[in-house]
Amino acid sequence: MALKTSTGAEYARIMSVGGARGSRVVSNEEMCTLIDSTPEWIQQRTGITERHWVAEGEDVETLGIEAAGKAIERAGLQPSDIDAILVSTVSHYQQTPSLACILAGQLGLGAPAAFDISGACAGFCYGVCLAESMVRSGSAKHVLVIGAETLSRYTDFSDRSTAFLFSDGAGAVVVGPSDVPAIGPTVWGSKPEAARVIEIDDWRQVNPSVEGPFIHMEGREVFKWATTAIVDKAVEALSASGLTPEELDCFIPHQANNRITDSMLRHLKLPEDVVVSRDIIRMGNSSAASIPLAMEALLESGQAKSGDSALIIGFGAGLVFAGQTVILP
Amino acid sequence: MASTEEIRTDLAEIVNDIAGVAAEDVQLDKSFVDDLGVDSLSMVEIIYACEDKFGVSIPDEDAKNLKTVGDAVAYIERAQN
Repeated sequence: MALKTSTGAEYARIMSVGGARGSRVVSNEEMCTLIDSTPEWIQQRTGITERHWVAEGEDVETLGIEAAGKAIERAGLQPSDIDAILVSTVSHYQQTPSLACILAGQLGLGAPAAFDISGACAGFCYGVCLAESMVRSGSAKHVLVIGAETLSRYTDFSDRSTAFLFSDGAGAVVVGPSDVPAIGPTVWGSKPEAARVIEIDDWRQVNPSVEGPFIHMEGREVFKWATTAIVDKAVEALSASGLTPEELDCFIPHQANNRITDSMLRHLKLPEDVVVSRDIIRMGNSSAASIPLAMEALLESGQAKSGDSALIIGFGAGLVFAGQTVILP
Repeated sequence: MASTEEIRTDLAEIVNDIAGVAAEDVQLDKSFVDDLGVDSLSMVEIIYACEDKFGVSIPDEDAKNLKTVGDAVAYIERAQN
C-alpha cells in the first residue's frame, strides 16, 4: 500500500498585484476634530499626514473585490483560473462563512478552495507562504491571496494613542507557477507570551446583555449537498491517493450528522470491513474538531491502529470542503 | 413513458431502500410523513434518488409540496412528459 502525494510546480511567483483604498480621505486636521490631538503631533510621532477610510457603501467586501479583480486581470487570468482564495482579515464581521467564500462568490471564481487566515498585520506574508507551498505541492495552481481590513470600524476615538493610526484598504496578489525561483523561504514565527499586546475586544464583553451571534443553518440544503457533492469528493480524495476501496481501513467523515454518514456510506459502497467513525453519537458535531477527535477515539478504542489508512473529509459553512486519504499516526 | 403503476413501484423501492418502509405500504393515498413515518432528511434523499432514477428535476420549492405518494408519482409523470 503506497499513497500517492500531489506534485506541483518547481517554483512559485507573485504574478500580479492589485489594491483598493477606502475612498474617504481623512486628514490629520479632520482627525483632530475627532480626538484631542494636533496634526503636527500625529505627523511627528507617526509620519501619517492622512489616511483612507471607507465611505458610505464601501466595506471590507467591496475593497476586497476591487483589489482582487485588479490582481486577476493583471495576471492575465480569468476568475475561473483561480483555484484557491485565502483572505487575511480581522475585519470580517462573521466567524463563518469566511470572507474568502463571500469574495469568491462575488468575484465569480467558480469553486475554489476558500478560507480566511487570522494573521493580523503579518497575515499577507502568512498567506504568501501558504500560497507558495500550495503551488509547489500541487494542491493549487493559481492562488489569490488577499489582505483586506476596515480598521476604522474598530477605532476607539477615546484612545489618543491609537485612533489616528488605522485605515481601510485591501491588497491582493495572485501566486502561480514559475520557471525560476521568485519567492524565497518564509521566515515566520510568533511571540505567544505577548498575545494580548495588540487586541480587538472580546465581543462577549462589548455588550454582555446582547445574546448571540448564533449559528443558523438550512439543514435540507446542507444535507443534500453533503450526501451528493461531498460523496463525489470523498471518492475523488480516495482515488487521488492511489488506494482502492479494498485497501482502505477507515472512513472518518466530519461528524456532522449520523444520517449524513449513513447516506454517504450508501453511495460510497465501501467494503463492509472499512471501519466507519460514529463519534458523533457520544459527542455531537464539533466542527473542525470532529475529525481529529474521531481519529483519536478510533485509535484509543482499538478499532483502528497506527499505520491504517483513513479517508477523512470535512465539509461545512462556506460552503467549503476538503478531504485526504492519510495513514493514521 | 412509464405508467403510473411503474413509477409507484420504482418509488416504493426507493422509499424502502432509504427509509426502510415496506414497499407494499407505499400506496398512492399514503402520506410520506403521517402514514409512512418518513422524516425530512429521508425525504431529501428520496427526492434526490427520484431525480436520478426518473431523470427529472424536482426543485426544493416543489419538493415541499409532495405530501403523498400520489403527489410524487403525479409530479414525476408530469415532469417526464
